[in-house]
Amino acid sequence: MPVKKLALAMIAVSCLLATARADVVIDIINGEVRRTPVAVVPFGWRGAAAEMPLDVAEVIGADLYRSGRFDPKPESDMLQKPTSGEDIDFDDWTILGIEAVVVGSVEQTGDNAYTVQFQLFDPYRQAQLVGYRMPASRGTMRRVAHRAADMIYEKLTGIKGVFSTQVAYVAARKQGAGSLYQLVVADYDGENEHVIVESTDPIMSPAWSPDSRRLAYVSFEGSRSSIYVQQLRTGNRLRVSSEPGINGAPSFSPDGRKLVLTLGGVDGNLDIHTLDLTSREKTRLTTHRAIDTEGSWSPDGRHIYFTSDRAGGPQIYRISAEGGTPERVTFEGSYNARPRLSPDGDKLALLHNDRGNFRIGIMDLERKDLLILSTGRQDESPSFAPNSDILIYATRAGGNGVLETVSADGLIRQRRSSGQADVREPVWSPFPRY
Amino acid sequence: MSYLKLFAVLLGVVALAACSQPTIPDPEPSSSAPGAGDPAGGFGDYDEGGLGDGEPIDYDPSAGELPSIIYFDFDSSEVRPGDTDIVTRHAMQLANNPGARVRLEGHADERGSREYNIGLGERRSQAVRRLLLIQGAGTAQISTVSFGEERPQSDGSDEASYALNRRVEFKYTN
Repeated sequence: MPVKKLALAMIAVSCLLATARADVVIDIINGEVRRTPVAVVPFGWRGAAAEMPLDVAEVIGADLYRSGRFDPKPESDMLQKPTSGEDIDFDDWTILGIEAVVVGSVEQTGDNAYTVQFQLFDPYRQAQLVGYRMPASRGTMRRVAHRAADMIYEKLTGIKGVFSTQVAYVAARKQGAGSLYQLVVADYDGENEHVIVESTDPIMSPAWSPDSRRLAYVSFEGSRSSIYVQQLRTGNRLRVSSEPGINGAPSFSPDGRKLVLTLGGVDGNLDIHTLDLTSREKTRLTTHRAIDTEGSWSPDGRHIYFTSDRAGGPQIYRISAEGGTPERVTFEGSYNARPRLSPDGDKLALLHNDRGNFRIGIMDLERKDLLILSTGRQDESPSFAPNSDILIYATRAGGNGVLETVSADGLIRQRRSSGQADVREPVWSPFPRY
Repeated sequence: MSYLKLFAVLLGVVALAACSQPTIPDPEPSSSAPGAGDPAGGFGDYDEGGLGDGEPIDYDPSAGELPSIIYFDFDSSEVRPGDTDIVTRHAMQLANNPGARVRLEGHADERGSREYNIGLGERRSQAVRRLLLIQGAGTAQISTVSFGEERPQSDGSDEASYALNRRVEFKYTN
């Protein structure tokens, strides 16, 4: 069933200077990080219709703006509107202080066939930084534009762009006395929203497969918890775990062959298990009578990080993916939960109780220092973008859950408004495969 | 509750206490209500008429409608002393009706991590399950599920709502 589109619009850009001590967090609205002035010139168009199917330059400009690092100048400021490198008068851009210029064109080559080309220039050095030509159809043109933005972003920052990625999340909408729960997948910018599954019973804990083709999640259909793995393309789903008691917190292994999950059993002792998705064999990794849950693989596949309250309050531990003795990872504060490793393996995102406020923290696994990244009271569910440079999480605004992103250094924080639904548990997809 | 809110409440209590010691006398004290308008009155002169020996009452655990929800303190899975009778009556009901089936639905308040809260809700339903079992209910009669914070009874983000959301519901399925 199609849903009312969630307009994921950026309504606030703020910057945060944070240290490990929350009492010296300073919130600087629109400060500190200088946006680099750039220009994305409207693309040229050669085709049958009066206008090109998609304003590619607008999509690229919006991507660069949304990154928080760039300030694309409006068309009205431009002294010239070249559509290829040969036509650029570099002085027209340096005089405006523009540090990067994107030009390009869309050409129709068949009924539903187009060629999109773009070039990125440094007007001060009068040099092309990257140029590319890509085939597109009406259906893929937005993806092609995001891909161009990814290449531009990487060339200018040295960090891989995530404009071609997707975000899955759970939305709850009031419906009569209860709620309608929907598992939604959308492009990172909120476009192309699809409801993957919906239910009047809760849906929670979505997790991407490493190939971005499947989602695992927990569903309470029939008032019992089960774990499903669903193909996004076909909608086909498999119930992979439906033991008595709790079936929860699924997360894929880096090779996509296994899930780590939480089983509670009849007696309700939550422990970390792995499930081989081919053989359906389950292996129990922890046996402690405390709550062990929220397992998450390290990117190298060797360890599983999880939440346990075996020492009283919840803290993060890790255990070999083959089993063994868990080792405690977090020691700062009385509540650390929901570990997620950055894809580069260097950092650990977690939920930290910061004197009564639940906030997103990030721990450098080598230095062991904890940086608080968010400023809400009920923030939750941190998830890394595949470039390890940005996180998405849920916070509260006006009684509803909304999504925010924050750079891993805490400097660029953005909120996405989400209309009517109570949105929670965002999970960032891996990089797409071309 | 935030410290700021707690502080505001405490401030209110202090202000109220200050108000109960008026320095300006009530210009029109009501003569019919003894003690009214007299800040020192109230305890020295109450009416002792009608206070007799009273009579004992027997405890009947089956009396009254049997509540199907019990509530828990913050960060606790212990059944409150005042609610053990409710659990006892459910246990009797199950023991006396071997065909009866109950699903114990555990819930947590919204604070903290969702999957960890599933664990906290399960701890509550398991605490009730153990009490039912030692009082004669059969293992096959009871199943547990935890909804964590996913199905709040009250949507608010305040202490009163949290107190309503930390609960176990008895759902009879047969």
